[in-house]
Amino acid sequence: MPTLLAVPLFLLLTIFQSAVVSRMTLLQGAADLILLVVIAWALQERVKNAWWWAVIAALTMAYISAINGVVVLLSYLTVTGLALWLRRRVWQLPILAMLAVTFIGSLLVYMGTAAYLRLTGTPLPIFDTFSLIILPSMILNLLLAIPVYALVKDLAEWLYPEEMEI
Amino acid sequence: MSNRLPRSWRTIVIALISIGLVLLAAGGYLTPLTKIAFSPVIAAQTWLSDRYLAIQSLLNAPRDVTELMQRNAELESEVASLQSQVIELQQQLTEYQILSSLLDFARAYPEYEYVGASVIGRDPSPFLQYVIINRGSDDGLRRGMPVVTQNGLVGRISRVTAAAANVQLITDPAMKINVRLQPSRERAVLTGSITGDLVLDFIPQSATVNPGDLVLTSGFGGNYPPNILIGQVTGVRSQDFDLFQSGSVQPVVDFEQLEIVLVIANFQPIDIEPLLPTEYR
Repeated sequence: MPTLLAVPLFLLLTIFQSAVVSRMTLLQGAADLILLVVIAWALQERVKNAWWWAVIAALTMAYISAINGVVVLLSYLTVTGLALWLRRRVWQLPILAMLAVTFIGSLLVYMGTAAYLRLTGTPLPIFDTFSLIILPSMILNLLLAIPVYALVKDLAEWLYPEEMEI
Repeated sequence: MSNRLPRSWRTIVIALISIGLVLLAAGGYLTPLTKIAFSPVIAAQTWLSDRYLAIQSLLNAPRDVTELMQRNAELESEVASLQSQVIELQQQLTEYQILSSLLDFARAYPEYEYVGASVIGRDPSPFLQYVIINRGSDDGLRRGMPVVTQNGLVGRISRVTAAAANVQLITDPAMKINVRLQPSRERAVLTGSITGDLVLDFIPQSATVNPGDLVLTSGFGGNYPPNILIGQVTGVRSQDFDLFQSGSVQPVVDFEQLEIVLVIANFQPIDIEPLLPTEYR
C-alpha cells in the first residue's frame, strides 16, 4: 500500500510542480519538488521502499518533462542511493542529512542533465548554465528541503506507525 | 331673600363665561395666558418623554446590536461573493480579449486551420523552455505542428498525448529556426538560449541588418510556415574577421504571460531528410 500511494502522490506533485513551482523561478532556476520528496522519503528510517518511490517519481517526471526518461531515472536512483548511504551514517541528524543530500543530489541531478543535453547537441554554455540554472535551482531546493522533510516525515509516520511494546 | 342665585342662573352664567373664553381663545386674545399656563406642562412632558426613550433604548440595545452584527456579517459575505464574481468576470474579460486577438490573427491568415489551446504548465526541468497545453491527439494535434499567438510564433509541438501536448518554445536552447529579415530579405538562423534570449546567427557579412528589422520565418527546411513574425532585431555584431554577422532579437511574444495559443493544425512539417545526400544524413 505505501508503494501504491506513491502513484497518486507523485501525480499530484508533478501537477503542482508543472503548474506552480516551475513558474516561480530564480534567474532561470526552479525548485524540483519531486526530487526533494524522493530524498526525504529515502531518509526516513522506517521506509523500506525508497527505490520504488524513486522509480515511480522518475516515471512520472519522464511522462511530463521533455528530458529523456532514462536520465531522470538514473538521476533519481543515484540520489536515492546517496540518501540511503547517508542515512546509515548521519542517523541522528536527519535535517542535516536532508540538507546535505539535497545539496549534493541537486548538484548531481542538474549537472547530469546538463551533461546529457550537451552531449545530445544542445548548446549550453558551462558558466551560464551553472550560474543561471544550477546554482539558483540548488538554492531553491535547499529552501524547500526542510518543509518538505517535515511533511514527508509525517507521511512516513502515518504509513509506518511505530510499534508499541506492551 | 336668599343671596344665592338660583341654579338655572348659575348654569347660564357659567355657559356665558365658557362661550366668552372660547370666543376670546378663537380670537387669539388668550395666547399669552395659555403660553404661561402650558409651558411647565410641556417641559414636564418633554423631560418624561426623554427619560422614557433613554430607558427604552437601553433595554432594546442588545437586540439592536445583535441584529446589526448579523446584518454586518451578511453584508460582508455578500461583498466577498461579489468580489469573487468581479474577479471571475475580469478573468473572463481578459480571456475574451485574448481570444478576440487570436481570432483577428486567424482571420489575417485564413489559409490555415487553428486549434486553440490553453497553457496549463511548464516543463519541470529548468534547462528546457517548454510549455504544456491542454489539447492533444484527440483534438487532431500532431508532433511538429507550429504554435502561434496573435503576436507571432511561439514554438512547435514536440510531444503529444491524447489530451495534452508539449510545446518547444522558440527560446529553447535546442531550437533553431530558419528566418528571413525584413526589409533586407537576408536569411539567417535563429537560436534560443538558456536565458530565454534569441540569437541570430549566420547572417552574411554582406547583409545590411539594422536594429528594428523584423524577423520572420522563412519557410526553409519545411518546419514552419513562412512569414510568421518572430521578433525584432535589437542589436547586430559584425567583425571583419568573422565569417558571419550575429545579432540579438527581441521576441514579440511574451513567454512569461502565455495563456492561450493557436496550433496551426493543417500545416505538416516536411521531412527533407530523404532529399539530403547520404553523407549528410
